[in-house]
Amino acid sequence: MADPEILLDVKNLVTQFDVSRGMFRGTAPLRAVNDVTFTLHQGETLGIVGESGCGKSTLGRTIMRLIEPFSGSILWQGKQLTELPPEEMRLARRDMQIIFQDPIASLDPRMTVGQIIGEPLSLFEASLSKSDQRARVEETMDTVGLSPEMINRFPHEFSGGQAQRIGIARAIVTRPKLVVCDEPVSALDVSIQAQIVNLLKDLRERYKLTFLFISHDLSVVRLVSDRIMVLYLGRVVEVGDKDVVFDHPAHPYTQALLAAAPIPDPKLARQKQRVPLIGDPPSPLNPPPGCVFSNRCPMVKDACHTAQPPLHTARTGQQAACILVG
Amino acid sequence: MAEQLLSISDYTVRFHTPDGYVHAVSDMNLNVAPGEKLAIVGESGSGKSQCWMGVMGLLAKNAHVNGTASFGGQNLLQMSPAQLDKVRGREITMVFQDPMTALNPTLRISTQLMEPLEVHFGATRAQAQKEAIDMLDRVGIPDPATRFRQYPHEMSGGMRQRVVIAMALLTKPKLLIADEPTTALDVTIQAQILDLFNELVAESGTSLVIISHDLGVVAGIADRVGVMYAGRIVEDAPVDALYDTPAHPYAQALLHSIPRVDRAEADVKPIAGRPPSLMRMPTGCAFHPRCGYATDTCSNEVPKLDRVATDHRAACFYPLTSPADERVAAHG
Repeated sequence: MADPEILLDVKNLVTQFDVSRGMFRGTAPLRAVNDVTFTLHQGETLGIVGESGCGKSTLGRTIMRLIEPFSGSILWQGKQLTELPPEEMRLARRDMQIIFQDPIASLDPRMTVGQIIGEPLSLFEASLSKSDQRARVEETMDTVGLSPEMINRFPHEFSGGQAQRIGIARAIVTRPKLVVCDEPVSALDVSIQAQIVNLLKDLRERYKLTFLFISHDLSVVRLVSDRIMVLYLGRVVEVGDKDVVFDHPAHPYTQALLAAAPIPDPKLARQKQRVPLIGDPPSPLNPPPGCVFSNRCPMVKDACHTAQPPLHTARTGQQAACILVG
Repeated sequence: MAEQLLSISDYTVRFHTPDGYVHAVSDMNLNVAPGEKLAIVGESGSGKSQCWMGVMGLLAKNAHVNGTASFGGQNLLQMSPAQLDKVRGREITMVFQDPMTALNPTLRISTQLMEPLEVHFGATRAQAQKEAIDMLDRVGIPDPATRFRQYPHEMSGGMRQRVVIAMALLTKPKLLIADEPTTALDVTIQAQILDLFNELVAESGTSLVIISHDLGVVAGIADRVGVMYAGRIVEDAPVDALYDTPAHPYAQALLHSIPRVDRAEADVKPIAGRPPSLMRMPTGCAFHPRCGYATDTCSNEVPKLDRVATDHRAACFYPLTSPADERVAAHG
């Protein structure tokens, strides 16, 4: 039977888009998420990192079926999510919510804050009376640090940080189990980022939330995650305990990524040895043969050009998709 | 005192709006030395971009600029557009945040790269072409002769930013102003571009002003840092001094609010509240409503940017660099 501790069990997930090759030339398949397998335990935070185009946002959306998977399995609390009938799928969404990157654009400009935060309640707890719904909305506003007096205001009246608090309130008002946080602080100013990160950590504690935390910012991911999954060109290249991955990265890509991350300490910055990564990531329409990282890898071997290596367990305990590991 | 390349004094930028004047930059006094790498740090709305747009004469029509920006003995703020055209793009060049919109999508890279050489130096096509291709090679573009004939859309973001940097360095400027040059780029590409800046600036002796919100990026490139808050420079310090012993409470709070990729401890201290709206500025020190050390003096008077140590200035009545007992005494 399914382990009750496992909230989400994803196996060999593939998300594929058909991309136009140009007029009359048909389409080409683009695998944005390619053979991704992971589990998410109740109450844990899995950080997903990678650069633009690595498929991290597509992965977040696919596990919520906001984008339909091409193949693979998504077990949500032991049930195959892709086979759920529409009504059950609708109800499952009550337990899985999402916070988006752009706080203003993700709020309907013609709805008041009360309507925005109350909408999930109207959808999932329709039996709630008007006054009970209002009470829940006000309570949630208070929880995320918004004054309940602002309930009749419109999104444009708020700053970015406050708007993100509205987005967070909307996501937690139905007391979900899983919240996908898709770059929730990237659009915010530095001094505001820390406020929102701390708010998310408090809410996680308070409501026993499970987070899938997607970000390109390695320092923010390190701050909030228990485990880290590194994506490159749609594939998992490394996954493991946060401190192990950050302090002893096993995959050459993770090593390069961490070496490139800026450190706010001028003395360390001067000493820092960068792993020189040449060029840009290849297009996912035209991945290199063999290992996805082979054409930029500073440690590339002949064997890397033949097949994509599976995840190997490294000596430090994490898993990495590299033939040099293990 | 050494000769300064650019000397900005009593500089103010105001915008005329239907609701009155908005002060984007107030009472700025700042120097840039030859060969120096100066970083300007601040959050959105701090005036960090507007002040340099003003120096370059690139502000919107409703902007009013006062003060002086002395460059090679001439005040840039008093120059006619024709005079300014001789300086801009030649002695002072700029690199912007978004590499796609900084290039003209309808023109080949070649046309855009050769233009400054032809306009400012009257170079022949052959000369300009040779210099431009050499420069593409120096900024690390593989196969520069082929890339030279391409359009911007045929290149990735990192590649386009390299083209923009090549363009900015072609005229061998005395000053390069880079406004968030790596913010739109991925972290591995950002590292490449910052390395490139460090190399090229050291090689050519050009002064660099880099505008950034990212204290990690700044730590890796700057010699000196100016911190801006609500339109004012609140601290101006050598890079090590700023990170080791910040004098202004805002600079200190900002350093405490950022998570670090190289450390396991799981805490950041946010700054309470948010930066003030430029339309509704608090009285006195603009940071006082968010400052843990503020007194009545702070809410009534605007602190001047004063020397707190060698080559280190801060605009605070109770700078953190002074001994703690002095601060307590000052409070009492």
